[in-house]
Amino acid sequence: MEATLEATSTHDVHEHGAPDPDRRDFLFLATGAAAAVGAGFLAWPFIAQMNPDASELALSSTEIDLSQVAEGQVITVKWRGKPVFVWNRTKDQIEKAKQVPLGDLVDPMARNENLEPDAPATDANRAAEGKENWLIVVGVCTHLGCVPLANSGDFGGWLCPCHGSHYDAAGRIRRGPAPQNLDIPPYAFESDTKVKIG
Amino acid sequence: MEGHSVYKPKSGVARWFEDRLPIVGLVHSSAIAYPVPRNLNYFWTFGGILSVMLVAQIVTGIVLAMHYVPSADLAFGSVEKIMRDVNYGWLLRYLHANGASMFFIAVYIHIFRGLYYGSYQAPREVIWILGVIILLLMMATAFMGYVLPWGQMSFWGATVITNLFSAIPVVGSSIVTWLWGGFSVGDPTLNRFFALHYLLPFMIAGVVGLHIWALHHVGQNNPTGVDVKDIRKDTVPFSPYATLKDGFALVCFFIMFAWFVFYTPNFLGHADNYTEANPLVTPAHIVPEWYFLPFYAILRAIPSKLGGVLAMFSAIAVLLVLPWLDGSRVRSCNYRPIYRIFLVIFAVDCVMLGWLGSKPPEGWYIPISRLATFWYFFHLLLILPVVSRIETPRPLPASIAESVLKRVKTRPGEPGLAPPAPGAA
Amino acid sequence: MSGVATMLQDKIMNARMAARAAALIFGAGLALPGLTMVASAAEQEHPPAQSWSFSGPFGRFNTAQLQRGFKIYREVCSNCHSLDRVAFRNLAEHGGLGFSEEQAKTIAAEYKIKDGPNDSGDMFERPGRLSDRFPSPFPNEEAARAANGGAHPPDMSTLAKARTYERGFPQFVFDIFTQYQEQGQDYIHALLGGYEEPPADVKAPKAGLHYNRYFPGHWIGMAKPISDGQVDYPDGTPTTVDQYGKDVAAFLTWAAEPHMMARKHLGAVVIFFLVVFAGLLYAVKKRVWHRWDTEHA
Repeated sequence: MEATLEATSTHDVHEHGAPDPDRRDFLFLATGAAAAVGAGFLAWPFIAQMNPDASELALSSTEIDLSQVAEGQVITVKWRGKPVFVWNRTKDQIEKAKQVPLGDLVDPMARNENLEPDAPATDANRAAEGKENWLIVVGVCTHLGCVPLANSGDFGGWLCPCHGSHYDAAGRIRRGPAPQNLDIPPYAFESDTKVKIG
Repeated sequence: MEGHSVYKPKSGVARWFEDRLPIVGLVHSSAIAYPVPRNLNYFWTFGGILSVMLVAQIVTGIVLAMHYVPSADLAFGSVEKIMRDVNYGWLLRYLHANGASMFFIAVYIHIFRGLYYGSYQAPREVIWILGVIILLLMMATAFMGYVLPWGQMSFWGATVITNLFSAIPVVGSSIVTWLWGGFSVGDPTLNRFFALHYLLPFMIAGVVGLHIWALHHVGQNNPTGVDVKDIRKDTVPFSPYATLKDGFALVCFFIMFAWFVFYTPNFLGHADNYTEANPLVTPAHIVPEWYFLPFYAILRAIPSKLGGVLAMFSAIAVLLVLPWLDGSRVRSCNYRPIYRIFLVIFAVDCVMLGWLGSKPPEGWYIPISRLATFWYFFHLLLILPVVSRIETPRPLPASIAESVLKRVKTRPGEPGLAPPAPGAA
Repeated sequence: MSGVATMLQDKIMNARMAARAAALIFGAGLALPGLTMVASAAEQEHPPAQSWSFSGPFGRFNTAQLQRGFKIYREVCSNCHSLDRVAFRNLAEHGGLGFSEEQAKTIAAEYKIKDGPNDSGDMFERPGRLSDRFPSPFPNEEAARAANGGAHPPDMSTLAKARTYERGFPQFVFDIFTQYQEQGQDYIHALLGGYEEPPADVKAPKAGLHYNRYFPGHWIGMAKPISDGQVDYPDGTPTTVDQYGKDVAAFLTWAAEPHMMARKHLGAVVIFFLVVFAGLLYAVKKRVWHRWDTEHA
């Protein structure tokens, strides 16, 4: 189109007296801009429709009864389609997790959605507040999304069977390809035996 | 067809690529330099509008398919979920549902443009036949798409239309059972309709490709029906001239489209389809979507089951031989004063058939339907062949350029005329 | 003579011809769908058109009215009619009833929702949550029919869009431009107030049916569901059947089309944009063609 305009500009001069390049340029520019803006806005619904829909977003909480979970036992519950591990840790396991120096950790961050994002990955910051026997983590390996096996691995926590990531008794990554500690979902204890995740 | 310019790759990389896959040159010759008769009116923008509508239907359809569930138990609910929960789902669904109607509005205008200007005549018979095939594929696609929401009209429309095949002697009922995958319209039917509804648009796109290829091979018809004689004088390059004009018409068409989608999204649909399908209760009157009504009227006009089905399919099949029914040396009805009158009557007849298709088959509607059906075939099979052979057409302009100039000479004195530019061709 | 005049003449002629044919063909195309609604209502009396706050291009739901309609649904309709597609969370959504999330949670908790199975494999009941949908009054269609003399009270989620009546020619053509589409609402309103004594010479086709002026065929399975003063309005709105009908029809409109306000709002933006864009494109097209015509006159 530009080439055509260049080639014909002399005629404009002949036929209409003074050429008006500014107005012409503005018109073409405005039309092009309108087309681009329109296309951009048109694309949005087609992109947004792939995000979780309203019913999906509403299914955000799961209630768990803890009274049946014996000391040392790990249960798996489903939250937002993902497994969540709820572990009633023994004294021994808690002690072991507490003794790990922060310097030994691959990922020094607590990754706890109930705390500030920069909280350090101490055992206290990983376990439930005021109920240090309860460890609640999303059961999805932070490497590529497999579900780790409980009570396995070299650090007394989980072992991911896919690529050999070892997590300790506080769900922290200690060895293997996973880059981060297991995520801790938002949750709140509604009573001593009832916790609501999400 | 020879164009206004030839693509010459400028850089070395472009030359290297063009030697191996001359796709840029192809795009240039068919979408930029392709010569378009300079006297085309806005009826000629509907081809472009239809191409865009096809793409729009495919794109909205693909995203709807991401949320839709083709199961008799879940289909209605999944459509309601799209309308209520999916982000912009209501917009995508209303675009797709109303888009089908817009597609048919555009295609019927496109067909009547072809009828009026004789665009089906030699050497454009193959373009026309490919167009009829596209129409058939569109109808199949639209019909199966209408079944998917699994409302009352979906279900009973599917039942009635598939039952058409039971009119076939001997094997009819076996064919219907085969179509259904059961003994009534049900889950297997819905699943296969969904699969085919997804497939057919891509077949349409393929035939559209052939339709455009054939068009670009012989060149476009124009309101005078006179062939292009001098590309320089009679035509303009496709870009930017036709693209801008098509673009403007398209945006105007979208204004109408948007009016329906945003303000009266259910005007073109049936209230019954907001009631979930119930195989035990038939709605009071089964009525197809508006774009099928003329054919539906023909189906019901014939008092025999097989005859009605044959008449309905013949109504489309007869279009395939239209180029040979028309014996006129002249294409455009602008120069065929007698046939033009008959063509207008034919258009009115088609509208009448549509109206009758929406009426219950009782009382006066029956004889009127039969008359209108008779006229449909009478026009195509008798009036057209005879009138086209005996009518003396009005004199044609010598060329497209002359037709454009002559009109100015007979009606001079437009204000603000500029003298011809010196050295202009 | 230059090509400018040529093009002008050409355009005028084309435009006239286009207008004629477009009016014919397009008019025909549009004429048909309206007619299709016609047939099913041969013996149905036209409900009188009401004025609805949500009609027209700038129509909006009246929050107070939707809440009143919801109250009627809860206290009256929900005894027999389900509302399967609507969830409690919808009550707090923008462009609807205007409840806060807390209010919606409170309402949800007043309902008993069947859930399960639990760890021992049993179904159990618990208070509703925002993610739950309104529970049905009957466990299945057969139970509903058994309890209602063989009639199935239809689900109300899409009812406002699933009812219509014949508009007739040429009214349905005007409806495109006036955007009249409240046949369902007018019908629901008219039906609730349409119970009357049958004419002396008319007998019920079977026992248990009720005569209604606006029901197609007149004999409806539903007994007169609501009477003046039956539902209490704390805001002082008149407690008449006429007002109840309007309020419940408004509520059902929202239930059937919860994104209606967003749709109409977006429509105004889109159409404004398209009109401006069309104007720009036309100006560009005119300029570019003008240049060719002056060169090739």
